[in-house]
Amino acid sequence: MANMDLFSEPTLTRDSVEAVIDLAKRFKEEKGRIPVFMEVCGSHTMALAKTGIKTRLKDYVQLIAGPGCPVCVTDQKSIDAMIQLSEEPNTILCTFGDMMRVPGSKSTLMKAKTGGKDIRVVYSPLDSVKIAEKNPDKEVIFLGIGFETTIPILALAVREASSKELKNYSIWMTTKLVEPVLRALLSSGEVKLDGFLLPGHVSVVLGKQNYRYLAEEFNISGAITGFEPVQLLSGIYKLIHLQLEKKVEIINDYTYVVSDKGNVVAQSLIEEYLEADDEAWRGIGTIPKSGLVLKEEYSQHDAKKKFNISIGEPRVTKCRCGEIVRGLITPEECVLFNKGCTPAHPIGPCMVSTEGTCSAHYQFMRGE
Amino acid sequence: MCLGVPAKVIEIEGQRALVDVMGSRMYVGTFFVPEVKIDDYVLLHAGQAMTVVNEEYAKESIEEWRNVLDGKHGPFFRTDLNS
Ligand code: SF4
Repeated sequence: MANMDLFSEPTLTRDSVEAVIDLAKRFKEEKGRIPVFMEVCGSHTMALAKTGIKTRLKDYVQLIAGPGCPVCVTDQKSIDAMIQLSEEPNTILCTFGDMMRVPGSKSTLMKAKTGGKDIRVVYSPLDSVKIAEKNPDKEVIFLGIGFETTIPILALAVREASSKELKNYSIWMTTKLVEPVLRALLSSGEVKLDGFLLPGHVSVVLGKQNYRYLAEEFNISGAITGFEPVQLLSGIYKLIHLQLEKKVEIINDYTYVVSDKGNVVAQSLIEEYLEADDEAWRGIGTIPKSGLVLKEEYSQHDAKKKFNISIGEPRVTKCRCGEIVRGLITPEECVLFNKGCTPAHPIGPCMVSTEGTCSAHYQFMRGE
Repeated sequence: MCLGVPAKVIEIEGQRALVDVMGSRMYVGTFFVPEVKIDDYVLLHAGQAMTVVNEEYAKESIEEWRNVLDGKHGPFFRTDLNS
């Protein structure tokens, strides 16, 4: 579609970069430092690295990757539990592809599959429901990892399994919510930010209205942006501009896919099937009510209730993903980066995931 | 896990639609976009259309941004900072 193509048009991109740099210089003149923004979403981290924007702007705007890569924020104990789940007899474990190579304390799902376990990568949770339908004599479990974009689709899969009365289908829920983690990050005071680039796709579900707490309670601005170069640059520009004007606002810079209210169909499906519960985050710990789990009446589809998985404390490594997802260090500050840890031999999830900060850094920003 | 490329809706059958994503065709779920019509563009995530792209807003957004870059009117024009 012609209009969308303009968001990556080279001349417009170049002009946009210059405009951002001009404005950022002005910020530095006024404040004696460069502006610092956090991109919450892992897809933004990847897009900013891949398009070269992060590198091009690095002397003018600091862009810190936040806790928005679902695989990266999954805590080690949870990953170990998922790998152990694949050992259960008579099961088919279904997952998004990103999880396959994430290192557990002892193994990975990939190794378990090579060892003969039935582990299948699916594109959609709905595909795993079809697998359950075709294999009534097996327990089919889907590894339900994701933020608000994915959560409604997990609820949809449960709805489908429920309506088909599939007793052999369940989801291992380890979902994460954006608001509680942003509140935790801001309350900790560990990172000082001038604003957030807010996640485009999560916002499709949540809507702009969901971010009011940032401005009202934390006095910090945010811009909901898309993933093309011009969209990212426009969001950054507007955040700097708000700073210079001493205004605090939530801007929807992605109006053609994100509305004020968000996707109400998705929101009501979530409300019907799921409820908030405490979730453990890598490097952050347990944040109250920061994830969604299945309501009691759907517990027959809750893998955590169906299977009794108990695991010990995870093996401690030198991996610093926990600090990466909190925006405290860059990948280069980890001693293992590009030494013991590479995409071919990842030590932590941030190097495995297609949205991981270490992976983005390794592929597009090494030595910059 | 997020796919940002808009897909064009070719056919709608109940709660699924045949879409074209840069030349390849596939079926996606439309549960979350009951308002979808043929020829709409949708954004996909894990096999589901999650939102219908508003082309008019896309055009406005580009125009607004061009005005910003040209220092013309709009809420974010550059020249106001120099005044
Ligand atoms: S470079 Fe590897 S070991 Fe270091 S923080 Fe990143 S994923 Fe973990």
